[in-house]
Amino acid sequence: MSKSYRDGLPISPENFVDQLMRLKRGSIGRRDFLGLTGLGIATAVMAREIGILPTPAFAAENLGDRMSIATWPNYHDPQTFENFMKDTGVAVEVNVFGSNEEMLAKLQAGASGWSLFVPTNYTISTYKKLGIIEPLEMAKLPNFDGTQEDPRFTSEGTIDGTIYAVPKNWGTTGFAVNTKKLAKPMTSWKEFWDTAMAEGDGRTMVHDYQLTTIGNALKYYGYSFNSLKQDELAKAEELLLKVKPHLFAVSSDYQPGMRAGDAWMTMCWTNDGAQLHRDIPEIAYVLGKEGGEIWTDFYAIPKDAPNKPAGYALLNYLMNPQVAVKEHLANGAPSTDARVNKLLPKEVLDNPILYPAADLLTPLEFGAAATLTDPGRAELMARFKSA
Amino acid sequence: MHGNRFKHNVLTALLLAPATLWLVVFLVLPFIAIAVFSVGARAPEGGYQAAFTLAQYANLPARATAFWNTMVLAPVGALACLLVAYPVAYYLALKAPQRWRLILLALVVIPFWTSLLMRTYAWMYILGGRGIPALLAFVGIEDVRLINTPGAVLLGIVYGYLPLMILPIYVSLERLDRRLLEASADLGATPLSTFLGVTLKLSLPGVMTGFSLVMILLLGEYLIPTLLGGGKVFFIGNALVDLFLQSRNWPFGSAIAITLVAVSVVVLIAANRISSRVSGARRVDLI
Repeated sequence: MSKSYRDGLPISPENFVDQLMRLKRGSIGRRDFLGLTGLGIATAVMAREIGILPTPAFAAENLGDRMSIATWPNYHDPQTFENFMKDTGVAVEVNVFGSNEEMLAKLQAGASGWSLFVPTNYTISTYKKLGIIEPLEMAKLPNFDGTQEDPRFTSEGTIDGTIYAVPKNWGTTGFAVNTKKLAKPMTSWKEFWDTAMAEGDGRTMVHDYQLTTIGNALKYYGYSFNSLKQDELAKAEELLLKVKPHLFAVSSDYQPGMRAGDAWMTMCWTNDGAQLHRDIPEIAYVLGKEGGEIWTDFYAIPKDAPNKPAGYALLNYLMNPQVAVKEHLANGAPSTDARVNKLLPKEVLDNPILYPAADLLTPLEFGAAATLTDPGRAELMARFKSA
Repeated sequence: MHGNRFKHNVLTALLLAPATLWLVVFLVLPFIAIAVFSVGARAPEGGYQAAFTLAQYANLPARATAFWNTMVLAPVGALACLLVAYPVAYYLALKAPQRWRLILLALVVIPFWTSLLMRTYAWMYILGGRGIPALLAFVGIEDVRLINTPGAVLLGIVYGYLPLMILPIYVSLERLDRRLLEASADLGATPLSTFLGVTLKLSLPGVMTGFSLVMILLLGEYLIPTLLGGGKVFFIGNALVDLFLQSRNWPFGSAIAITLVAVSVVVLIAANRISSRVSGARRVDLI
């Protein structure tokens, strides 16, 4: 068990150099070696496969020895999956995605191989409609307690009184700024886009994700984040095409660029904003005062999940407040679960990145289901990217 | 006699069966499926809906930029690769000491044992802010940006495809009859004109093979522009990935795929023609 939440985090540069130097001196613990090289998990999987290590007995059901989860970049405490493997013998393969569209595309094509995935609130009704997800068997999730969930964030997981998905955490979509490089204080999406074409030229990132990139361009003009109106989308496209040559990248995996100092400003989700600010204090997280997105990510199990028992077991494990609290400390996004909030340290609950002031939260909009499947928005994004 | 002939035919059929089956299952059938998709329509939630329309083909100009980028990148990338590869192949085939040759060749091939994804990822860090720009900052040159530029993409392409260019050129140079070089020198040719008139000319089949090979692969490239171009440098391969993995417009994606195959075939035929013209009667079999 880790002593501090930092134990489970990806290795820091200093720590990496320390480890490297120790390696050079020829001193390395077996655990470090296995951890660093990933051989630990590989050995464990293989050993079980050929029966060298005993499989921990799991009373109820045979969970198999592996499963995969589809989720977002930098979204979990890696320790969570290692602990889960220690407890159940199931190795978890983590697939990382940049947009809900990408997840939907894989699930629509079939045989995604996932036994658990992390869809955002506005996509759940479409997954249900397409028959990609089924109602959750709540009996297999005793750790979930619906009465402890904040209904502001959790309603879209339940359709016609049936629970299809349970919440992981909520958050907002703002932008992160390296204030050492871009000192001018910013408070709006208008400033974000204007700065991208001025001081932030060549150093700004936007998501590879139609919902937020188009949505936040719509906000430049004060339109709804979810707009499907032709004329409003045309204005957003005009802005995006104008900004495109000035961008550093179109990518939803922006932490590496921000950490390395290549990018100075990026569209950013709460959890990444909190992680970046925690490790690099000069990186600030800003919510556009015009509004933007508020969201909840859920856990759901695909109908064609190859290992449903393990999917349920992992989901139930993640719903345990003791486990979830470590997830929140590593991931940085605010919890929807009152039991978890009770366990979180005060400085987390007071962090304005996680819990913005009410006047900043009020104008935010949840994503609308129609944006996910609207061909107009999809083509606009494609034109922007190929321009 | 007839019996022998029959036996011979059966044997031929049996020998060809696995390859034929493979091609039918993994090339012909998917190709037919793609062709059928390409005249269909996008289902309301994405994917494919049966239809018969040429609307997808009519919409091809919507990806004109991506096509154009690819048409520029493929030959330029292949040319850059060639310029780097030729001296290496020349050295390996004609100058390197015999006992070193195998080791040097192995060094060319060994990086291929690691996935292109991993090697390209390594370049992300070398070109990224903690790589070369950090070294430059150390000597006082601040805020240099290398990653996510067209130059980074070109570098990644040359690096990634170099072995594919070196090997065919090496093979054609290695087969070169050294006596021709001596004869050329004896007849008073300068080293430069020997190189241009004999060495280069005789290695052209290898050059054309390498060039077409790299160019065709580049026509479908999407990984390197994504990783080293930051998703800003957009090729037709990227357009395809997005159509299937983001906007889920299978029919349009299929129409682009069919067009890309047609373009590749034209490029192949043209390369074959050019190469048989420049190298005289010699034919280069690419397919």
